[in-house]
Amino acid sequence: MRRETDRAAPIIDISHVSTRFGMSVVHEDVSLSIRPGEVFAIAGGNGCGKSTLLREIIGLLTPSGGTIRILGIDSRQLGESHGRPIYHRVGVMFQHGALFSSLTLAENVAVPLREHTDLNPGLIREIVAVKIAMVGLPPDSGVKFPNELSGGMRRRAALARAIVMDPELLFLDEPTAGLDPMIAAGFDDLVLSLKHLLGLTVVMVTHDLDSLWRIASRVAMLGKGNVLGVGTMQELSQSDDPVIKEYFHGPRGRTALEQAAWNQK
Amino acid sequence: MPVEQQATISISDNVIHCRGAWTLPHVTDLERCSQTLRWPDASEVTYDAGEVTAMDTGGALLLYRSIEHVRRAGRNVALHGLKPEFSELVRLIETSAPRSHVAGLRSAGWDARVTQAIRRKQDAAIHGLAFLGETTITFGRSLLRPQSIRWRALLRVIELDGVRALPITGLLTFLVGIVIAYQGAEQLRKFGTNIFIVDLVGISLLREISPLIVAILIAGRSGSAYAAEIGTMKVTEELDAVRTLGISPIHLLVLPRSLALVIALPLLTIYADILGVFGGMLIATSQLNVSFTEFLARFEEAVSVRHFLIGLAKTPFFAMIIALVGCYQGFQIRGSVDDVGRHTTIAVVQSIFLVIVFDAICSVLTNWWDL
Repeated sequence: MRRETDRAAPIIDISHVSTRFGMSVVHEDVSLSIRPGEVFAIAGGNGCGKSTLLREIIGLLTPSGGTIRILGIDSRQLGESHGRPIYHRVGVMFQHGALFSSLTLAENVAVPLREHTDLNPGLIREIVAVKIAMVGLPPDSGVKFPNELSGGMRRRAALARAIVMDPELLFLDEPTAGLDPMIAAGFDDLVLSLKHLLGLTVVMVTHDLDSLWRIASRVAMLGKGNVLGVGTMQELSQSDDPVIKEYFHGPRGRTALEQAAWNQK
Repeated sequence: MPVEQQATISISDNVIHCRGAWTLPHVTDLERCSQTLRWPDASEVTYDAGEVTAMDTGGALLLYRSIEHVRRAGRNVALHGLKPEFSELVRLIETSAPRSHVAGLRSAGWDARVTQAIRRKQDAAIHGLAFLGETTITFGRSLLRPQSIRWRALLRVIELDGVRALPITGLLTFLVGIVIAYQGAEQLRKFGTNIFIVDLVGISLLREISPLIVAILIAGRSGSAYAAEIGTMKVTEELDAVRTLGISPIHLLVLPRSLALVIALPLLTIYADILGVFGGMLIATSQLNVSFTEFLARFEEAVSVRHFLIGLAKTPFFAMIIALVGCYQGFQIRGSVDDVGRHTTIAVVQSIFLVIVFDAICSVLTNWWDL
């Protein structure tokens, strides 16, 4: 949804967040702020707590310490009656789609509209059709059930459901994991064009280096329970931090780096 | 977030003014509002959208629809003042609109549904036969080579579905024994034939009631669990993994479960027999003045071992029915989550149904053969 928003104020403010599961420490004193209109990526190796942080931002998990403010409200209050409307302004795409398996694709996309608006069924059908077209799915896929869709289509369907309310904030959990390179690249472009079209702020968790180079305006590298560095990919690739260095200059990182450099030429 | 103004649409002098936030929360109002408008008669209509402050897909769709409506009435439409980012959205809707009728929601005619239902029944019958065949072969092979049976898994199932079911089956048959004795006591006292309470409780429990109660309980307790376990394994692709590791899922999952039930169910039934008769005995002493010793003496002469054996002989078949139906329904689950719930229910209902049908057939047969 396009609105005249104050550019300076962060849309998500994470301050001194720590997370512990029993004895194991996931985060310690993580602070980040995400500005409206950017594509913010949370990156890092497996098990560094990227997805945990995402789940904390969207209120599915409560951090052990610190606060997270999202769209001006404490994420702890998202589950309460005055916090729940925030979810109307937020879209979340889960890693495996999390489509409701008993509903068709079109019904899946229509769920938020049916629940939160008083639109008539005709208009809902049209909006759903527009969104299905927006994410690049063929129009006849609307009648299919999630288990009849391929991985890439399921991802797109989940994206259609996440943006059906025209949210201000879009969360993507590993959007390109497990997709083939062509489809993953297509998905990156899709996210960019939707961001442009709907004026979204995108927060994504990923360890796909190609997609980091392609679409992220800023990246936070997590590791050892901390933020190792925040900045553009360009800045991070010059970082001295040994972990970040290894991430960027390992065999795969180097290929992505060269690819990105080549693309910029 | 800025305060959201109301969204309006109004007409003056062939100019349609669109103002405010054309967003989802306002779409219904806007739609209602635009339906009450009197459309201008002139052949040239202008949309002035300069004061639209916000627009999302819903609003853009509404604007597009309104323009289309006017255009179809044979008028020329011009759109002015819409901010570039909004007009991009409207353009996108324009390009995707012709397709919007296709992506419908489910609707199938009754004839399509009937053929679908018939095909589903047909498939189920074929799958059922295939499952039965595969299981029989696996059983035959395993019984020829008993060392191939997974004894650890078997013992585990016996513990979960036999030993842990002891409290509930014991309590229930005990209560049923009490209920039968109470009902019988009323009638027997009228005729002064108190001692026949032993025949009533003994024969009915040993021969019919306790095998049936135990089977129904185990169907609800274990049959459903088998369906859900195997179904979830299917959903998470564990079954496929088992297959590609070169292990037969039937050998791994169905065989231990059915054998375990075949062993556990008769034992549970004997245990249930004892507690049920004990329940009857308590009521006999308290209501009919038949002491424990009298009761047991009469029990020895009135209730022949035959009744106990007939009751017991049915239980391995009950066990097979419960285990096979449960596992079969588990294998029938296809991918989706609500399938798990549906097939679990089917497993319980079907196995109880088949158990009772089988029991009825046994009753008729034993009656014919004068057993």
